[in-house]
Amino acid sequence: MAKRIEVSDLNVYYGAFQAVEGVTLTVEPRSITAFIGPSGCGKSTVLRTLNRMHEVIPGARVEGKVLLDGEDIYGSDIDPVNVRRTIGMVFQKPNPFPTMSIYENVVAGLKLQRKYKRPELDIVVEKSLRGANLWEEVKDRLDRPGAGLSGGQQQRLCIARAISVEPQVLLMDEPCSALDPISTLAIEDLMQELKERYTIVIVTHNMQQAARVSDKTAFFNLAATGKPGKLVEVGNTTMIFNNPTQRATEDYISGRFG
Amino acid sequence: MTLTALDPDPLHLASKGRLPRWASPAIALACAVLLLLVFAITPADGRADYLVTLAVVFLVVQFAISYAVEGGRKARDRLAAAAAVTGLFLALLPLVAILGFTIVKGMKRFDVTFLTHSMRNVADSDPGGGAYHAIIGTLEQVGIASLFSVPLGLLVSIYLVEYGGGRRFARLVSTFVDVMTGLPSIIAGLFVLSFWGLVLHQGFSGFAGSLALTVIMLPVVVRTTEEMLRLVPPALREAAFALGVRKWRTVLSVVLPTALAGITTGVMLAVARVVGETAPVLLTVFGTSSINTNPFSGPQESLPLFVFSEAGLPNNTAVDRAWSGALTLIILVLLLTTAARLLTRRSAPRGR
Ligand SMILES: Nc1ncnc2c1ncn2[C@@H]1O[C@H](COP(=O)(O)OP(=O)(O)O)[C@@H](O)[C@H]1O
Ligand SMILES: [Mg+2]
Repeated sequence: MAKRIEVSDLNVYYGAFQAVEGVTLTVEPRSITAFIGPSGCGKSTVLRTLNRMHEVIPGARVEGKVLLDGEDIYGSDIDPVNVRRTIGMVFQKPNPFPTMSIYENVVAGLKLQRKYKRPELDIVVEKSLRGANLWEEVKDRLDRPGAGLSGGQQQRLCIARAISVEPQVLLMDEPCSALDPISTLAIEDLMQELKERYTIVIVTHNMQQAARVSDKTAFFNLAATGKPGKLVEVGNTTMIFNNPTQRATEDYISGRFG
Repeated sequence: MTLTALDPDPLHLASKGRLPRWASPAIALACAVLLLLVFAITPADGRADYLVTLAVVFLVVQFAISYAVEGGRKARDRLAAAAAVTGLFLALLPLVAILGFTIVKGMKRFDVTFLTHSMRNVADSDPGGGAYHAIIGTLEQVGIASLFSVPLGLLVSIYLVEYGGGRRFARLVSTFVDVMTGLPSIIAGLFVLSFWGLVLHQGFSGFAGSLALTVIMLPVVVRTTEEMLRLVPPALREAAFALGVRKWRTVLSVVLPTALAGITTGVMLAVARVVGETAPVLLTVFGTSSINTNPFSGPQESLPLFVFSEAGLPNNTAVDRAWSGALTLIILVLLLTTAARLLTRRSAPRGR
């Protein structure tokens, strides 16, 4: 089920401004890949090109190739909506739909895609909420507003919502940056479970988190402000953290800048 | 060596004296009484003058007393707070006065006869008669106008916010809407009169009035709905897109429900704006004293027209009917707004 992503020579623009230059990397299936690097170096931008969310912003465009199991998701005959159905996303700030209950939030993807049979929904809700480690906490109040949950619960609700449509890949943009340590731990545990079935890419500012959860780490950097961000190096997390080949990586990891 | 007495407050944290809680109302009351005396013995005169003078005198006196007792910072604080509250009272005054006046004067004839009878065969000086025909007319004309302008306005604002994306055409439409918002209502009436009546040769009718009201209502609906749609956080749209939801469905099922309460308020504002329009209705619906339930043929009455014509008559009976007509209009708007509020409240998260 999980799929491999191969990015080659990716240039990403916001209008005339080039945010990212020449990124080439491979994301292995059933593993967690972490993007680290200082603010503004283009981690979120690269992440959003992986499921064609980048082009939602007016004027934004992408050059280069992103292959999903060999198929170019930027091919001319590809429907971006189908790409997003295959590659789910969790955002930095929990964003449950405020007009919907917990139950409705979880099945929002299926319902709004019009791909469901009513009796299946109950099963999907329980499965997704269990998958997101939230079931026990909310099973008695599924009809309550999703926005009434705590921040950590909301984020897990968003994860449940993302996995309810059974994507092959899950992209997470600093999913824990707004959360307390306990919720963060819950989500990290969850990621370890999810990687059995999904390909996961996570952007994080938290070096310990990257070291704890990821199998591979990609370090992005910025030559200077106003210049495009670049991928400095990518490799096994143990290698990047213990034995980086680039000086910039070592400086960043050891906290000398960033 | 002599012991110097320990300074009990070396950092000057203790406040100076404080006025008790009842000081403000007491000062206001004292000013009111004193000023009443002044108005009694001097040529100063008039209720409005009295109120405005009182407001100023109160602000000054309180500032002075507070300055003496509590110091400058507290005095300025009190001045600012009191000025805000005084402003509130002054602004509320006309509102309360209008409502109170209309209710008191309108209750005289606000009875069953008034709500169930027209003015057919009722002389100006007769005590009976009513606004039934006007209520019917207003409901039909405003109803049809809403039927046109709410869906149309929603579509336009959805285009502007969700699909326009700052394109030149969208900016043009936006400017157009702005211009139309400022259009004097009688021009809308004249436009329909000349186009519908003189070019297409249609007579006076409730429907012609609806067309004129639509011209007035549409830009208001577009503007308010646009504002509400822009308030929906982009993160919600992104969440839906990231789930693989198509754009039109995102707008329909995520953006619109989120903005629903605000849109309803906007629509009710637009309705309230046109329900009291007189000039364009006069030019297109014309007015009548009998019941005409068919908005598509012949002149109808409407509440503003009813108030306008009755208020212009020299008989007390007619003027009383005018006040009751005005009261009916206010109650109608109130009912519609409340109903709309209740309807949108029920659309908040429910069960499954
Ligand atoms: N919507 C946008 N419009 C224009 N520029 C943007 C937008 N989002 C991000 N950028 C720019 O792109 C660069 C990379 O941003 P981002 O990918 O958010 O960095 P990171 O996630 O690594 O902190 C930054 O210079 C940022 O200012
Ligand atoms: Mg970011």
